[in-house]
Amino acid sequence: MEQFFESATPAYITMAIVLIPLLGFIIQIFFGIKLPRKGDFVPTTAIGLSALLSVYLGIQMFRVYDPGLCYESIKTGVEWRWLDYGNVKVFAGVLLDNAGIVMLMMVSVVSFFIHLFSIGYMHGDRYYQRFFAYLGLFCFSMLGLVASDNLLFMFIFWELVGFCSYLLIGYFFYEEEPPKAADKAFMVNKVGDCFFMAGIIIIFHVTGSFNFREIFHSVESGEWAERAAEIGIYAGWITPQGLLTLAGLLVFGGAMSKSAQFPLHVWLPDAMAGPTPVSALIHAATMVAAGVFMVGRMFPFFTPTALLIIAIIGMITAFVTATIGIVHFDIKKVLAYSTCSQLGYMMLALGVGGFTAGLFHLITHACFKACLFLGSGSVIHAVHTQDMRDMGGLRKKMPFTHGTFLIATLALTGVPCLSGYFSKDAIIANALEWGMAEKGAAYMPFVFASLAAFMTMFYMMRLMHMTFWGKPKNQEKYDHAHESPPVMTIPLIALAILAIFAAGTILPWQTAAETWYGDLVERPEAVVMAESAHMHDAQHEFEHLHHEMHEVHHTAHYGALGASLSMVVLGFFFAWLFYGKKVLSAEKVATAIRPVYKTVVNKYYLDDFNDVVFVRGLRKFCNLLKITIEAAIDFLVNFAGYFTRFVSFTQGLVDKYIVDGMVNFWWWFSHLLASLFRVLQTGNTKDYLALALLGAVIISVLMLFV
Amino acid sequence: MEFSLSPDNISAYLIVSGLLFLFGVLTILTRRNAIYILLGVELILNAANLNFVAFSRFGGFGIDGQIFAVFIIILAASEAAVALAIILQIFNNYGTVDLTETNLMKK
Repeated sequence: MEQFFESATPAYITMAIVLIPLLGFIIQIFFGIKLPRKGDFVPTTAIGLSALLSVYLGIQMFRVYDPGLCYESIKTGVEWRWLDYGNVKVFAGVLLDNAGIVMLMMVSVVSFFIHLFSIGYMHGDRYYQRFFAYLGLFCFSMLGLVASDNLLFMFIFWELVGFCSYLLIGYFFYEEEPPKAADKAFMVNKVGDCFFMAGIIIIFHVTGSFNFREIFHSVESGEWAERAAEIGIYAGWITPQGLLTLAGLLVFGGAMSKSAQFPLHVWLPDAMAGPTPVSALIHAATMVAAGVFMVGRMFPFFTPTALLIIAIIGMITAFVTATIGIVHFDIKKVLAYSTCSQLGYMMLALGVGGFTAGLFHLITHACFKACLFLGSGSVIHAVHTQDMRDMGGLRKKMPFTHGTFLIATLALTGVPCLSGYFSKDAIIANALEWGMAEKGAAYMPFVFASLAAFMTMFYMMRLMHMTFWGKPKNQEKYDHAHESPPVMTIPLIALAILAIFAAGTILPWQTAAETWYGDLVERPEAVVMAESAHMHDAQHEFEHLHHEMHEVHHTAHYGALGASLSMVVLGFFFAWLFYGKKVLSAEKVATAIRPVYKTVVNKYYLDDFNDVVFVRGLRKFCNLLKITIEAAIDFLVNFAGYFTRFVSFTQGLVDKYIVDGMVNFWWWFSHLLASLFRVLQTGNTKDYLALALLGAVIISVLMLFV
Repeated sequence: MEFSLSPDNISAYLIVSGLLFLFGVLTILTRRNAIYILLGVELILNAANLNFVAFSRFGGFGIDGQIFAVFIIILAASEAAVALAIILQIFNNYGTVDLTETNLMKK
């Protein structure tokens, strides 16, 4: 059925998928209050329709079953002429490849279940209508991000998603914490967005386009190498390949903040101040995945150096945030740090070249993490607290929640047969392959990933012990607890089923590469590999790397399998020792390594650092500016006053001496003349006679000579 | 033009008329009494008369000069009459014909 992907139909379907939730948002935000049930069914139906359409696209994808599928709506004539100024042309269209279609499916289906869950969870909330409106807007933004075929529109939706996150985190605006958390999320995201924008600008400057395919083509055909050497701003200090790395890293900077990579992860735990469905949707399944997805989209663009840095940051994130997750008692915070850690895994995977593994983990993670968050929401709904020290023994009281939570936990930790096992194992295998290919320090990603796997199992089992197993620590809350209504448990069950079967197989001896996802999503060729790109250093590095990795592929897989399974077992065992049998005491260990413990509990003092350096520092700087500017303005105003007085004084002088002087001059002059002529007026008749005679004489003399 | 005092030359008559004019001017300028000034004016007029007659005799103007002299005498007479009338009025106003005392200007 190749014809389906050669017509314009997929473009229209995708547009419908993206725009129907927007319509839902518009109806809900304006009319929601007046509708029956405050209009919660409007966005839910909208996303349900999107889910159905996405599944339809997915079915078509399965029928074609082509890993090289790359549908661009521009080719079929469906495009939006956004900017057309001769030199600058931005035509926006839809890009669908296998990864994108799967992502669309995941986002819409998971969102749908979360909408259903919210109907139960947010019941009775004062601003119920607003919640669903924001969910609708978010879904529109996220789906648009996935479907975009150019960096600019992806960035637009990227920002929109960040904005929706702000709205939803700060949903309980009347409380103290949520608005601050929302601000923090937005600000930290903005830092990454600045890097992202810088990267986009460089790319646009050199290639003249935002479209992914055109950018890749520009590098492959050598245009990037040419242009980067020409443009004066870059030519002096950076090589074309260096510029390519730089642009890639800047773009990754955006992913760092959006996907909560260390050190820009600080917003994610605080974002738990938002309602739990929001945490599930945005901060587990979809928005934070946008960064990973973007790295996936831009994957051919990255040079080996850029990928190395991505891998390093991913590895640090995975490890550090897992350590923090071990020591927290708030159930949502533990899950938040778990999310950060898993995102680190995904970035790590992409960095070491495990494209399929990373994106596959994204999909599976979305399913089970959403299930976990919704499960925690169910628990919170039942016991009205988020502190695990007040929970315990809920297994008996909330069987459905417990069951689905357990399944999702097993998936997360990489227990064989569940979907998470396939994706996580693939990541660790890729890390080991990479380590063996590069040797030496390159084993670090593998080591860190394995340790993080151990910690994942540890803190999740800790959570299970403290929440569901063992004896209740707070009898009153325990008595109060009850299972959630079906509107909440059905999404849990659905997500748990997805968590089990998302890989399409439950046979533990299969690898991720053998799943449907592995078939459909293959690592794209890096653009520097093209001979005409003139990036020979990077090209040779990649060639060497891929060759080596291919050689060790088989051994690495068994090694990784051994490592991850042993981590799973060890993690389970130790968690049982600490929290199940209580043979070892967590408190004793914490006291023993007190300084380390303190650092971890305080989240490595990152928040404090940010506070002192950026927040307070900025305030002091602003104060300083204020004083300076006030002084300057005062000076200016006073100066204006003095100057005016001075000018007036001078003018006064002019007025007094020159203008008056001129008048006075004529007075003096006429006096002078008068005094001269007064002499003649004696009143004496004889004098007049004399004058008359004199006059006569003069006239006669004159007449003689005239 | 030669200068000689003989009656065949015009110079003599012009000198006399010039002297008469001079005396007339002197009289006008130095006398206080208005009537004396009038005398001076008459002297001047007669000097002019003499001039006219002299030029009529020696200048080749025919008899015009002498006719003019008759006119001047008539005019002098009428003018003297008017002048005397004015002097009479001056006397009525000021009580004196001393022209140095007819100064209305404030000192």
